[in-house]
Amino acid sequence: MASIDINQVSKIYAGGNKAVHSVDIAIQDGEFIVLVGPSGCGKSTLLRMVAGLEEISEGEVKIGGRTVNTVEPAERDIAMVFQNYALYPHMTVRQNLEYGLKNRKTPRSDIDARVAEAARMLEIDQYLDRKPRALSGGQRQRVAMGRAIVRKPAAFLFDEPLSNLDAKLRVSMRGEIKRLQRRLGTTSIYVTHDQLEAMTLADRLVVLNGGRIEQIGAPLEIYHQPASTFVASFIGSPAMNLVQGELHGDRLAVGPSLLTLGGHAPTSGEVTIGLRAEDLRVASPDEEGLLFRLDYVEELGSQRLVHGHVGDQALTAAMALDVALDDEMKFAIDPRRLHFFARETGKRVHAPATAPASQTSVMEVA
Amino acid sequence: MAYVAPSPRFLPWLTRKPRPKVVAEGDKRVQFSSPVLPYLFLAPQLAVIFIFFYWPSVQAVSSSFYIEDPFGFGSTFVGMSNYTDVLTSAQYRGIALFTVVFTALVTLFSLSIGLLLAVKADAVIRGSSAYKTMLISVYAIAAPVAALIGMMFFDQHIGPFVEVASWFGWDMRVGLSYFDTAFAMIVVAVWKQVPYNFIFFLSGLQSVPVSVREAAAIDCKSGFRRFWTVTLPLLAPTAFFLLIINVTYSLFDTFGIIDVMVKDKAANNPITLVYKVYEDGFRGNDLGSSSAQSVILMIVVFVLTIFQFRFVERRIHYT
Repeated sequence: MASIDINQVSKIYAGGNKAVHSVDIAIQDGEFIVLVGPSGCGKSTLLRMVAGLEEISEGEVKIGGRTVNTVEPAERDIAMVFQNYALYPHMTVRQNLEYGLKNRKTPRSDIDARVAEAARMLEIDQYLDRKPRALSGGQRQRVAMGRAIVRKPAAFLFDEPLSNLDAKLRVSMRGEIKRLQRRLGTTSIYVTHDQLEAMTLADRLVVLNGGRIEQIGAPLEIYHQPASTFVASFIGSPAMNLVQGELHGDRLAVGPSLLTLGGHAPTSGEVTIGLRAEDLRVASPDEEGLLFRLDYVEELGSQRLVHGHVGDQALTAAMALDVALDDEMKFAIDPRRLHFFARETGKRVHAPATAPASQTSVMEVA
Repeated sequence: MAYVAPSPRFLPWLTRKPRPKVVAEGDKRVQFSSPVLPYLFLAPQLAVIFIFFYWPSVQAVSSSFYIEDPFGFGSTFVGMSNYTDVLTSAQYRGIALFTVVFTALVTLFSLSIGLLLAVKADAVIRGSSAYKTMLISVYAIAAPVAALIGMMFFDQHIGPFVEVASWFGWDMRVGLSYFDTAFAMIVVAVWKQVPYNFIFFLSGLQSVPVSVREAAAIDCKSGFRRFWTVTLPLLAPTAFFLLIINVTYSLFDTFGIIDVMVKDKAANNPITLVYKVYEDGFRGNDLGSSSAQSVILMIVVFVLTIFQFRFVERRIHYT
């Protein structure tokens, strides 16, 4: 177990193409960090630089206080779980698990004990003498995790380990990874493009975009206070609505609609407004609100998503099943639940001296 | 140095492996309207196999039991005596021994040099395609031309190899000295076969999944050990295929090289069994003995192939 320090790390490919821009992440001992972002955001490259599978162009990576920039992957004391499992096809499951230990001259009795323990933990005891090709995707995934566990490394690195599994298996394996990590307390870095996976697994999330860090924080912190329009649209499902509006003092104009903010306007002039679909509610007739034209409805079972337009801007709202829908509706929102972003930079404009928006469910304002 | 992933795949069509045939559950066999039709389609291929393989084989077997008049005036049935003559001849056994040594050395060296080059070319990061193209382009040279170039390396007057050998006090006399000729033969035969093995090993290496190699890089510090325990076992199907091809090559396809080297030279030169078949049959006009020898060769190849499939292939993992 160890802390991992990523200091000003950049990746520059031959030809000057910069995939990762001076990234700084300080990971504490035992922490579960998830790197999340769309494909091509540099999250895998960053992970592979920590693993030693990719050269570090600039900056420094420290594992347990030791700079590992020029250390071979095998000597960094890390274990990695790959997307396509990367099991050795010519070895049995047992040999797959033993391989890393044997190469480190671990005593035989120790190897047997660790393999037995990992096999029991992952419930792969009965497959130990099979070759990987005789296993299902989920079983292979378990073997790949077992191979990482038996090594008892300072850190686990996960490179989209669940994306080759079907949806149901993914959910159960997700829980299992979380459980194992809790139990073993091993520092982990997990790469995924799935925001739900990221939210559920992470102690801290790192949202990456175009090789740069957009935001680092606990999942709920990022959900409730996205630092930019990118994070706002990436984290959460359905994605946060982003509409263009204009602030005039305490009043916000969105298309033809006007809202009074009750002192919650952090700035003035043109802004991008973020509204979570679940924060919207139907306004009472005498209340002011967003004039909404309904396009279509998605039934999710527990609730429904209504898609439509405010002025000429698309908007999605989550409605309880008992809410009556109409072609023309009016939505209200607690002003404290509005997110403001600068129009040019997309960065969050922080409200001066208001209650933190990360407070849970203070919904109705009379 | 951190481990760096190898470049993208190269020559993907060579890495494709035949998939096992799957019998469709809802029996989808195509039925021919006439029972004769399928045989008609097969006929050209069957004719080729029959005319160029079975018929000569049968001819060889039958004429191996006769002594043929050199001028074609008739033949006498002699039973097994062609075989006993051949097998009891000390000269034949000497040639057989040389053939074994020759085949073993040519196969060993052409496989290992091909593998070494492939591994090295695979690890090259910058300008890798230039290296690969250069190494492969040798294979595009026509075999007789390559053999002739090889011959020239060992030419008594202009051969650079002879020159180099002379620096070390080795007075190389290819075509005169038994050992020197054998040496030159093996070198040229290996040289000509290396690009072929290189291509297959390279494509085989590139069909080893990158992530498996990366997993190995995390599990094992020593690059050599990694190669030995992960890469090589995954290359085994390629290596097995090449083993068969190389043995066959050394036994039969080196005929041209041997011919250029020993033709019109003094008598005591190394030759292989195939060349002996040719010498006895077409130079010595002893068709009976020549046929008996080719039947023996046929049996040897047959046994060898069965052995390879039974005992070597069993230990190979096909992905």
